[in-house]
Amino acid sequence: MAKIKIDKEKCKGCMLCLSVCSNGLIVRSKKLNKRGIHCVEFKEKNKKCTGCAMCAIICPDVCIEVWR
Amino acid sequence: MKTKNRILITGNEACGEGAIQAGCRFYAGYPITPQNELTAYMSKRMDETGGVFIQAESELAAINMVFGASVAGARAITTSSSPGISLKQEGISYLAGCELPAVIVNIMRGGPGLGNIAPSQADYFQATKGGGHGDYHCTVLAPASCQEMMDLTRTAFDIADKYRSPVIILGDGILGQMMEAVEINQKSRAKKQKSKPWALTGCKGRKPNKIRSLLLKDGELEDLNRRLQKKYELIKKNETRLEQYKTEDAKIIIAAYGTSGRIAKACVDRLREKKIKAGLFRPISLWPFPYKALRKLGTGSTKFLVVEMSTGQMVEDVRLAVQNDKKVSFYGRTGGGIPSEEEIMEKALSLK
Amino acid sequence: MEKIIFKKPNSMKDALTHYCAGCGHGIIHRLVCEVIDELGIREKVIAVAPVGCAVIAYDYWNFDTTEAAHGRTPAVATGIKRVYPEKVVFTYQGDGDLAAIGTAETIHAANRGENITVIFVNNGVYGMTGGQMAPTTIVGQRTTTTKKGRDLKRDGFPLKISEMIAILEGAKYIERTAVSSPKEILRTKRAIKKAFEIQIKNEGFSMVEVLSMCPTYWGMSPEDSCKRIEKDIQKVYPLGVLKG
Repeated sequence: MAKIKIDKEKCKGCMLCLSVCSNGLIVRSKKLNKRGIHCVEFKEKNKKCTGCAMCAIICPDVCIEVWR
Repeated sequence: MKTKNRILITGNEACGEGAIQAGCRFYAGYPITPQNELTAYMSKRMDETGGVFIQAESELAAINMVFGASVAGARAITTSSSPGISLKQEGISYLAGCELPAVIVNIMRGGPGLGNIAPSQADYFQATKGGGHGDYHCTVLAPASCQEMMDLTRTAFDIADKYRSPVIILGDGILGQMMEAVEINQKSRAKKQKSKPWALTGCKGRKPNKIRSLLLKDGELEDLNRRLQKKYELIKKNETRLEQYKTEDAKIIIAAYGTSGRIAKACVDRLREKKIKAGLFRPISLWPFPYKALRKLGTGSTKFLVVEMSTGQMVEDVRLAVQNDKKVSFYGRTGGGIPSEEEIMEKALSLK
Repeated sequence: MEKIIFKKPNSMKDALTHYCAGCGHGIIHRLVCEVIDELGIREKVIAVAPVGCAVIAYDYWNFDTTEAAHGRTPAVATGIKRVYPEKVVFTYQGDGDLAAIGTAETIHAANRGENITVIFVNNGVYGMTGGQMAPTTIVGQRTTTTKKGRDLKRDGFPLKISEMIAILEGAKYIERTAVSSPKEILRTKRAIKKAFEIQIKNEGFSMVEVLSMCPTYWGMSPEDSCKRIEKDIQKVYPLGVLKG
């Protein structure tokens, strides 16, 4: 069962990962990181993460690690 | 190149041979009169010695190729003449800022603008006061013969590596084009090149090296500048070079370098024949300028005549050293004009 | 138990970059490092950073790097490569560095068939200096120096530098890709890898032009910037292999 880990402090809130996650498992976080940015969170809803790594591939700041 | 001990060679080619003797195996240049023999010579010699010769698309590209070779730890040289040297100023400032060794040869020609292809010394300020941006200095050596064109170019590489700083050889159209006998012997070899752990050679077995002159963090660039100034103090202490000829009892001292220095030397002898106590003060290092030695000579009632192929640039440094304008006068030809012995004699005699 | 299948490449430092949110540089930096890891050349690669947004790329790369005067990057790389033909030398340049002030250096390095690899990031503006028109700004695009949009009569045409380089015999491999979607990003990675392989086999000059997002100075969201590349930029700068 695949999963991802997001480095919240390096995230700049560009939302590109959110835009490419076909199962919509990445959401904009309500909390702010230390630099006052609404970063993203990995939220497993009904659908499961397939470990496709699209989010990690498009992330400009190497914030996402993927396990499969 | 058989290492016979005496060969007849042009100044331009002697300069190139000095670089080869120094173990320099990287040349990037661009055609410009009056230094073309140098570029042609290096294209031959680099092929013979397995070195790199590149005729670049511009003098601008050439100095940056030298920057790259120097970053990789190689001894590298670029040669040009006045307008081309102007194009290299940004690159030279980068070499100084990155603390990189390199040798830049300027065979000066008439200026400003496209000027002409006659000899000149009008790039003195550009070379010694720093033609590019920022608080930096190049060590500037001024040959006055084909022998010095070779020897000083060879020495330039040792100085450049020792202090990790660019060195300029300031010649002129006469020195480049004229032919003289030149002595080549065992000592015509550079000292052993020291290793350069700072160079970019691929980070195998060490942390990656970083060579750049962009220093944005607060105080970082000021620290670099302080470090550069310390280096320049060392260069002033160790690398000042000059020739003094019959200055011990001289009442009139002609201060001149390069070709003007040679003409002035002949005038000193002719003045001595006329029972006038004349002497020659010939700086060989234009930066660091030999202020101390000149100041010592300027104590008594000695008068100074500065002779240049320009409208007067080194004269300012002579005034700084002598600190008494009444004692320092100037005679210069410019725009490619060459001061003759007679003209200098006439001026010197008028000073008595 | 899951296995990690995606993480930071070893050739990349673990650093927070200065790039804006959604900027393509971060992606391209990573791709270069992934390729260097996969080719196992971290210890023999020497990079030349440009003047531009990527000027401090050396703070993010874990290998020998220098930084050239604006536009002179290919000349510096030429110097390094000629001294060390067995090392892998690449430049990383923006559109201003490569196609404006450095046009001559780019063309002549390619024409000499220098065995170097050029990573050319085309984001259509001068980012570091605040969003001015670049040689690759497309007609009608607003920048701080084309307030009413790039005007053909005043500002001329977007420069097709890669097409120009492709006709040079010294140029062995030229491809234009993008980082506007995961698919394009993976194609960019393949192109970069091929370019490095061309260099390693001493076959001549290789260059990958990468269409990249600049949300800040395009004045749009990162996601819209990606769409803009696919919709507008690719019409002027079509993707594909231009040479080799």
